[in-house]
Amino acid sequence: MTALLEVEEASKRFGGVVAVDACSLSVQAGTITGLIGPNGSGKTTVFNLVTGYLPADGGTIRFDGHVVRRPDPTRLARRGLIRTFQQARVFSNLTVVENLVLATPQSWWQAGRPRGERALAGELLADFNLAAHADTVAAELSFGQRKLLEFAATLMSRPQLVLLDEPAAGVNPVLVETIERHIRRLYAEGLTFLVVEHDMPFVMRLCDPVIVLDRGRKIAEGPARQVQQDPNVLDAYLGA
Amino acid sequence: MRAAIVFGALSALPFGFTAAWVQNLFFFTLMYAALASAWNIVGGYSGYISLGHAAFFGVGAYAVGITFTHWSIGGGYRPFYVLPLVGLGVALASVPVGWVAYRTRAATFAIVTITFLFVAQQLAYNLRSLTGGSQGIAIPPPSFPVASYDVPFYYAMLGVLALSMLASWYVGGSKLGLALVAIRDDEDRARGLGVQTTLAKLTAFAVSAGLVSMAGGIWAYYIAFVYPQFAVDPLVTIGMVLMVYLGGRGTLWGPVLGAFILVPAQQYLAYRLGASELYLVGYSAVFLVVMLLLPRGILPSLRDRGRRLRVRRTPPGRRAEEVVAS
Repeated sequence: MTALLEVEEASKRFGGVVAVDACSLSVQAGTITGLIGPNGSGKTTVFNLVTGYLPADGGTIRFDGHVVRRPDPTRLARRGLIRTFQQARVFSNLTVVENLVLATPQSWWQAGRPRGERALAGELLADFNLAAHADTVAAELSFGQRKLLEFAATLMSRPQLVLLDEPAAGVNPVLVETIERHIRRLYAEGLTFLVVEHDMPFVMRLCDPVIVLDRGRKIAEGPARQVQQDPNVLDAYLGA
Repeated sequence: MRAAIVFGALSALPFGFTAAWVQNLFFFTLMYAALASAWNIVGGYSGYISLGHAAFFGVGAYAVGITFTHWSIGGGYRPFYVLPLVGLGVALASVPVGWVAYRTRAATFAIVTITFLFVAQQLAYNLRSLTGGSQGIAIPPPSFPVASYDVPFYYAMLGVLALSMLASWYVGGSKLGLALVAIRDDEDRARGLGVQTTLAKLTAFAVSAGLVSMAGGIWAYYIAFVYPQFAVDPLVTIGMVLMVYLGGRGTLWGPVLGAFILVPAQQYLAYRLGASELYLVGYSAVFLVVMLLLPRGILPSLRDRGRRLRVRRTPPGRRAEEVVAS
């Protein structure tokens, strides 16, 4: 196994607050890696550093064997690293199909849309049970449908690594199951995931390995069951 | 189809209405329709409210004026031939301007762009050797026949309107348009999906600026005088924005509709209320009414109503029976 994503000694401070403190972690290709930690432990900041939404104060980030020198969301996305957001964020003025077509890596000046991309959009619509709503404006979708659409859109560019920011937050149990099923299916097809989530049963069922952050540092890593027993982790969560 | 009818009617117009005041009115209507359509590409689709577009209008006007005074290109139809060059030049020159302005978003973007407008105006006042300062530039009027003096300007402006709408139509149906609407909805997420947002925004900005400058060039030749306070006029910006909001932003025909309502209304008010600037009060009244009653503009509101009617008319099963029974 090779590391698809490697973070070495990454740091980020906001004024006097050190959000990420010389944090190192890596995501192996072909895994569903979980990233957990108490509130304020720096999970989302790590996400933002890795995806280029925030400039790091120090450290190295390596994706797919290359050092990312100037992290930029667009460029990283085009290289196969794509994320979702905590709130289901879709383009509410575009239709469901347009939301998907937009996410193809093809540039707009390249005329025409190749059949492959179109077929992929159709496939994803069917997979995610959105085919009936293909021409609905995304603003009219339910929260759950938006969550699925956001997920589906990340797959349009055939990424290598998908970062899911709380995929199960605020979602009913049936939908959590649906999302979980999709993640498993895509994982079986070879996609790698990094998942931030507060829903512990969800993480324990799905993720291996699990990385635990506390105060901007990695305090534990390993299989879910092992991490659960780790005294450092118990300390961090219980504040003992 | 709709475009063929509208443009056919507009092309035939100078033959039907030969009165100078009608042609003058329609010249300004077309000008604002072109300006609004061009502005719509930036302000409508991508939602970046640029208040600096009048600067490009002024640059176009000065470009034509300066080619007269400094390069003596000659009169007649020749100034019309330099317009594409003016448009292209301004489009290219607007890229660094846009690049700076696009480091900001939303309200800050509006403020940054409006400062560009005033910078352009100050430059027009102060680069005296080039612009003639506050004395302006006089352009010798061409020797078109008096009876149909307005007609060449009218057709030139119709051409710019056609170009603007063509650009707007292309943007609306292409992936560039999707990218711009996505930027309006949620720019950060668009970046995260690999949409080349900076490129899309700059392209829209350059195309829009180039088109606006061409309209400015024709205007300068028509008026035959370029003064800083009229060539780089915040009211021109306000006009564009207002028309787009009235007609419906992010639509193809909305800006044109807005111009065809507002320009005649403005002329009428100016005529009624005399040379005072009281018509500006009318302007703000229109803006308030738009914001209150049609926050999305006329066309999108009508479209929504149409869709709702259609849904009510062809409901599945029981509801149809209810409608029939009642």
